[in-house]
Order: sequence, then structure tokens, then C-alpha cells
Amino acid sequence: MIAVIGLLLGVGLGLFLKPDVPIGLEPYLPIAVVAALDAVFGAARAFLDGIFDDKVFVVSFISNVLIAALIVFLGDKLGVGAQLSTGVIVVLGIRIFANVAAIRRHLFHA
Amino acid sequence: METPRHEHEPADSPDPTASAADVARGRLVHALLHPGRGQVVVAVLLAVLGAAAVTQVRLTGSDDDYAGLRQADLIQALNGLQASTRRTEQDINELEATRDSLRDSNEKTATALEQAQEQLTTLGILAGTLPAHGPGVRITVNVPESHLSLNLLLDGIEELRDAGAEAIEINDSVRVVAQTSFESASGGIEVDGKVLKSPYTIDVIGDPATLTPALKFPGGFVDDIALDEGKVSIKQSDDIPVTTLRKATEPQYAEPSEPD
Repeated sequence: MIAVIGLLLGVGLGLFLKPDVPIGLEPYLPIAVVAALDAVFGAARAFLDGIFDDKVFVVSFISNVLIAALIVFLGDKLGVGAQLSTGVIVVLGIRIFANVAAIRRHLFHA
Repeated sequence: METPRHEHEPADSPDPTASAADVARGRLVHALLHPGRGQVVVAVLLAVLGAAAVTQVRLTGSDDDYAGLRQADLIQALNGLQASTRRTEQDINELEATRDSLRDSNEKTATALEQAQEQLTTLGILAGTLPAHGPGVRITVNVPESHLSLNLLLDGIEELRDAGAEAIEINDSVRVVAQTSFESASGGIEVDGKVLKSPYTIDVIGDPATLTPALKFPGGFVDDIALDEGKVSIKQSDDIPVTTLRKATEPQYAEPSEPD
């Protein structure tokens, strides 16, 4: 329950405060959001598996975001930023699909 | 990017005999109804995620299309814009050239039309297809027995042409042009197939001060007519009308040849 309230609170904060993103971080924000989404779906799956642990979630959330941003940053430095971010998005997308499929199996047995 | 997994079963797991789906649903319901310490951390992270996602959506939706682009993307966009600018400028140049040439040809056409109109007027007056008026003289020739020597008349007309006569009309019924024929006829003369009788009236457009002496010089037209016992009166006027028209005939044998 608290988790759902936290999500709504965050959306509300983003809507009302309209935070400014520093120019330097702008390219990394979308990747970071997708990486965090992956962590959240992974956590949801683990929760339904009964193996959820909040510490593991925190670590995976932060490391997901950091590693995704790092990959994009490296790609930018190497001149392949656009291609690498596409690759990261694809990989994260596949993982999200797999996790959602597992969640679906748990909840609906289908 | 490790999917969180942990070897940890909640102590208060539901009935183990229930199906896997029931177990999962039970965990969900339990978590919703009994929030614990761990959920606070999760809530904080989810709040961060929500805020970030909303911010990103707002950035993407904002009108500043180029704000979030990388340097390489910006360069590419700039190149594309420059290329399209070049193409557009080229289009502008071509269209302007077309417009100028059209305008040019339009002006040329107008000038040619004007010249043709002028030439039409000139030739029309010369060929007798246009009515004319202007300063000139009106010559009245009275000869007895309606007999006027053709030679005398032709001499007179030649003198008038020599003096710059531009349009000649006899008896308000015959226009004298290059093709006009003169023949003697009983009781008068036949001009262009029309029999004319005395008194003859010759309307001439030209400079009156030149035309009059051309007829009056000693031994000239007036003197010759006087020898034939005829009378000539010459009246100068500022506006002599020459209204008789002649039909233009297309040359049947003569064809234009290339001017040198």
C-alpha cells in the first residue's frame, strides 16, 4: 500500500513541481527511467515469487539506473551514444516483457 | 542490472496447499493490507521513478525539440537544415529566374505589339485601309467639257507625292494609293474603275506650305490646267478628312524575300 502511495506521490510531485533537469543529465533521464522500470518489474516478479527483499530491490534499482546511465555516457564519449542507448532500451525492454510474463503467470495462471 | 531475487519466503505465507496463483495473490493482498518497514524504501524509490518518468514525459512533450539531443544529433539536424536551406534557396533562385524571364518576354511582347500596331497604322494609311485626317490642301479642278488630260492629272499627283503627300483622295470617292490605276473614260476619267467627272476635288494630307507651291510653280499643274482652259483652286486647311477606304488585296504573285 505504501509503495502504491509512493508512486502516486512521485507522479504528483513531478507534475506539480515541474523539476528542471540539468542539461548534462537530460540524455540519461529516459534511459534511467527505463532501467528503473526494469528494476520495479523485477521486484514485482520476485515479490510474487515470494523472494522479494527490499535491500536487494534498492541495490538493483540504483545499480540499474547507474549502469544504464554509464553505458550511455560511455557511448556518448565513443561517438555511438544513440546506438548504445537504443541497445540498452532493447535489452531492458526484453527483460521487462519477460518479467511481466512471469507476473502474469503468477497472478492469472496464464 | 540484476533482477532482484532473494531466497526469502515471507514467514506468514498463505496456505501451502493452495495453487501458485492463489499464493501469489495472497502475498499481494497481504502486502497491501499489512504495509511493513521495507515498503517505505520501495515507496521512496517508486516516488523517484514516478517523478523522473513524469519529468521525462514533460521534457519530451515540450516544444523545445532540440533541448535533449546529443551533440552528434544536433550536428545531424543542423546539417539537414542547412541542406534543406540550400535546396530552398536554389528553388527560390530558379523561380526568380523563371519569373524574370517571363516578365522579360512579357515586356518584349508588349513592345513588339506596340511596334506592330504602329506599323499597322502607318501601312494602313499608306495602303488606304485606314481613314486619315490632318493638315493639307483641298484642290478643286474645274475643266470644261469634263475633260481633264490624264497626263496632267498624273503629273499633278506625282508633284503632290514629291511634296510629301501622305494620303490622297479624289472626289471623296477614290483613295489614291500605290496600286491606283488611271484611265481615260468618256466624259471624265476612270480611277480604280470608277468614272469621275469634273469638277474634281482632290483632298491631300501633307504639309500645306509645301503642297501648294508644288502645284503653283511656273509651268506646273495649275499653269497646265489653265492652258486647257480649266480652273484650279487650292484651299489650305488644318483638317482635311480622307475617309474613303480601299480594300487591301493580298499579293498573289509577289512573295516577301529575305531582307539582306
